[in-house]
Amino acid sequence: MSINLQKMSNTLSILEFKSSTFFAPILILFSHDIAMIEQSLQEKIQLAPDFFRHSPLIIDLRELNKQGQDIDLAEIVGVLRRIGLFPVGIRGGNEQQNRKAHALSIPIDTVREPDSQAAAGNIQKQENSRRASEELQVAATDSTNPSSKPIADMPASSAEATLITQPIRSGQRIYASGDLIIMSQVSAGAEIMAEGNIHVYNTLRGRALAGVLGNTAARIFCFDLQAELISIAGDYKTSEDLNKQVYNKPIQIYLQDHALIIKEIA
Amino acid sequence: MARIIVVTSGKGGVGKTTTSAAIAMGLAKRGHKTAVIDFDVGLRNLDLIMGCERRVVYDFINVINGEASVNQALIRDKNCSQLYILPASQTRDKDALSQEGVGKVLDELAKEFDYIVCDSPAGIEKGAFLALYFADDAFVVTNPEISSVRDSDRMLGILSSKSRRAEKNEEPVREYLLLTRYDADRVKSGEMLSLEDVQEILSLQLLGIIPESKSVLSASNAGIPVILDEKSEAGQAYTDVVARYLGEKRPHRFIDGKKGFLRKLFGGK
Repeated sequence: MSINLQKMSNTLSILEFKSSTFFAPILILFSHDIAMIEQSLQEKIQLAPDFFRHSPLIIDLRELNKQGQDIDLAEIVGVLRRIGLFPVGIRGGNEQQNRKAHALSIPIDTVREPDSQAAAGNIQKQENSRRASEELQVAATDSTNPSSKPIADMPASSAEATLITQPIRSGQRIYASGDLIIMSQVSAGAEIMAEGNIHVYNTLRGRALAGVLGNTAARIFCFDLQAELISIAGDYKTSEDLNKQVYNKPIQIYLQDHALIIKEIA
Repeated sequence: MARIIVVTSGKGGVGKTTTSAAIAMGLAKRGHKTAVIDFDVGLRNLDLIMGCERRVVYDFINVINGEASVNQALIRDKNCSQLYILPASQTRDKDALSQEGVGKVLDELAKEFDYIVCDSPAGIEKGAFLALYFADDAFVVTNPEISSVRDSDRMLGILSSKSRRAEKNEEPVREYLLLTRYDADRVKSGEMLSLEDVQEILSLQLLGIIPESKSVLSASNAGIPVILDEKSEAGQAYTDVVARYLGEKRPHRFIDGKKGFLRKLFGGK
């Protein structure tokens, strides 16, 4: 797969593409009994009505499919909408469910499961990363394409690495479909994202999001940590939550049991 | 072929127009035919700083709209015959600027002039964008203050991604740092960012440090670019900036702000 770094042409006056990261609750279904789902949803919502009102929602079908249970997507979507929720995506669906989602105009989020689901998932992965990069207003970067090897022990992503040698300035956003390697500083107010690992061989002051499509094995490495926000597969910490002891040091960040581990590279 | 310089910062009030006026005058005084253009359409200021506000007949927008020729709109400076000013329109807004229009005017000026200095408005909207779009060199004017540094950093990102040179994949815009309103005493006391603090974030080639100086305000009010005030530190600093830009090596001054005993006694400015 080639590097999905694309520079948007200058369509200043008519429209502009921007990208943003959103957080949405995920509804994991363990049962295909619509009535029971509706009942327990109502109960949950009563606990925090403000939180759930008009909330976007991703439906996660993985558990259901693991148990071999099928569910009528149109029906569950109808139930959710009726009680004031906005389903905006599904994930972990099988081929048939994905097709159904398409028909309902609901986007499909492909969760990368390291080994399983090879063939069918692949096409979607490509679609997914292409869409991601098209959404982005990626700043011009001197991105070369080294015949790079993803780091041996960590096949974080199948795509090739993106190498950037220019400084990433405030307001610039970089998206890489594989690993992202940056040789210069990343300024405060910049945002770097990769489906794989992120390496910054300089000072990291902006936001760094690794494993943005859900790869929990992705890691962030940097020479000098001063980041505003770090995230791996959606788990994040802002600079306020960062222990000052890890500041201004060479650091690696990874996920372990859903916790971000921030460790000095000794 | 003319070299197009944009004086930019993102943030307002840092000294873009003062700098544009000073370096345009400095280049012209050294014999280079120079035009300076006010891109701050609707908030015309450059003509005041240059002291030619009473001679404005046509403006930049008139030229873009074909209502006047470039030569009709250009105002020759009264202190230096090599310097011309193209004022902004006060009655219009930035929407009157168009990329083709600006490109056409710059192309025409480029035939006659050695340097074209574009005085950018603050912000990152159309005026600022078009001021930098055609640039060959960028003077990034920054105050030793965190929000100014952040905004300059943002402008540098735009320069490296949205300028014509970036779009056409040509050699990138040359970026230079001008640290203005620098007060060495306040840096020492930790109230102001030091040069190192600023460079840690921007890491640019430094063209000069302009010390905070009362002479800047009085020069502005008098409509005489501060570079002509050879006694003032700010004037000297701008003279150094122009010399360095033209390739001369001059040691940086005003970083430590050492004032001599006599000057302290007599309140040197």
